[in-house]
Amino acid sequence: MNDFAHALETAASLIGHLDAELCEIVALSLGVSLTASGFAFVLGAPLGTALAIYRFRGKGALIVAANALLGLPPVVVGLAVYLLLSRSGPLGSLGILFTPTAMIIAQACLGLPIVVALVHRMMVDVWATYGDALLADGASRPRATWPLMCIARDGLLTAFLAAFGRAIAEVGAIIIVGGNIRGYTRTMTTAIALETSKGELSFALALGLILVIISLTVSALSLFFGRVIAGR
Amino acid sequence: MNRWLSSFRTVTVAVLTLLSAQASAQDQSIVVASTTSTQDSGLFGYLLPIVRQTTGIEVKVLAQGTGQALDTARRGDADVVFVHAKSAEEKFLAEGFGVKRYPVMYNDFVVIGPKSDPAGIKGKDVLTALQMIRTKAAPFVSRGDRSGTNLAELALWKDAGVDIAKDRGPWYKEIGQGMGAALNIASASNAYVLSDRGTWLAFRNRGDLAILVEGDKRLFNQYGVMLVNPAKHPTVKKDAGQRFIDWLVSPEGQNAIAGYKINGRQLFYPNANDPNA
Repeated sequence: MNDFAHALETAASLIGHLDAELCEIVALSLGVSLTASGFAFVLGAPLGTALAIYRFRGKGALIVAANALLGLPPVVVGLAVYLLLSRSGPLGSLGILFTPTAMIIAQACLGLPIVVALVHRMMVDVWATYGDALLADGASRPRATWPLMCIARDGLLTAFLAAFGRAIAEVGAIIIVGGNIRGYTRTMTTAIALETSKGELSFALALGLILVIISLTVSALSLFFGRVIAGR
Repeated sequence: MNRWLSSFRTVTVAVLTLLSAQASAQDQSIVVASTTSTQDSGLFGYLLPIVRQTTGIEVKVLAQGTGQALDTARRGDADVVFVHAKSAEEKFLAEGFGVKRYPVMYNDFVVIGPKSDPAGIKGKDVLTALQMIRTKAAPFVSRGDRSGTNLAELALWKDAGVDIAKDRGPWYKEIGQGMGAALNIASASNAYVLSDRGTWLAFRNRGDLAILVEGDKRLFNQYGVMLVNPAKHPTVKKDAGQRFIDWLVSPEGQNAIAGYKINGRQLFYPNANDPNA
């Protein structure tokens, strides 16, 4: 129990002092994970919507694949991105292994199936409710996509937050492709892994508490802005 | 659809190229693949600001364990390797992946175990100690990750006449993780474990563990540094990498290494002048 009390105390004093290195780590974590979930969303939301409203060959396979990939282990994604970006790999000439860019790519790959699967699931219902009305109004399927996404914006926000949650929480992929380099690719989760390995357990737990606070803030803010935009 | 795909590809390549151009603009920064011991012991945290100040080189450290660090370098993903397993380093050189190996410093391994010492190894020489752990089947945590410490441990079992592949049982826990993780597990399960002294001194979650065997000359732990061969991987930053190595083995670098202390105890002993190290 002492460990938990000590962790709380450490977390409070870290936040109180606004430790410079901690701020840098938090900023990098947020920057990488928000960008990655942003990419996942921009690619995944239209794809999930298309899967809900179009009929085409292989559609079933894509839906099964997106749902199966929800269980994709981050360490496997990390390894695949590592082998792609390694100097000896097909994209090695870009020289972006062990950079924040590599971390964004890995986390976007993890977030994409989440967005596709969640958006598809939701859009099936929305389409069943509003699809006929939209088509009767003379909208073609591509033109119906935008109004549909507006109708379903709450659900879309949830899909984005789910992707963000996966990204900000994972350590397996970014520690492989980022390398946990101090001051450059060290994030909250890789710092927690490092402090644990140094035996600084309560300090590691304190970082974990701060990570939870950050996650809470992000979801509260996005729900708030979601409502503001919706004019409610 | 095809036009879509190709414009998507163009944009992706453009973005990635932009980002990589930004990355390669920092020519003064090098990637050093190193071991968990140099990071977990706090040595790099202490040394790198000095390196930046005196040479202007920004060093990015990957703390990976010797086996993985050498593999990272073989793939061309690091500019310099800084590890501690001489035989593995010499193999790396023989394969042509390294330019030249420079000895840098040493510390030693210690056998850590519960203060109650159920196998009764305290103060014994390391080979006897390992034989006693084997005989009593006392819990022992092995890194099991091809790290320098893991290779040293396996060599010691062999020298002690214990065939670990055959004699292993539930008492021998191969965890496949770094030094800190191994110490955490040993601390939680009151097991014996081989550690480098630096990581042990910096380690904070000791529980009931203490050093039981030390000072045996078989426990010597030498660190070496090598530039990755630019002939194999043209992207290696050979100038900055070589300057970093030159600094490490210079009197200035060697003094800095000797100056790293935890609670007044020196962790690493520079020995770049020893040609046999």
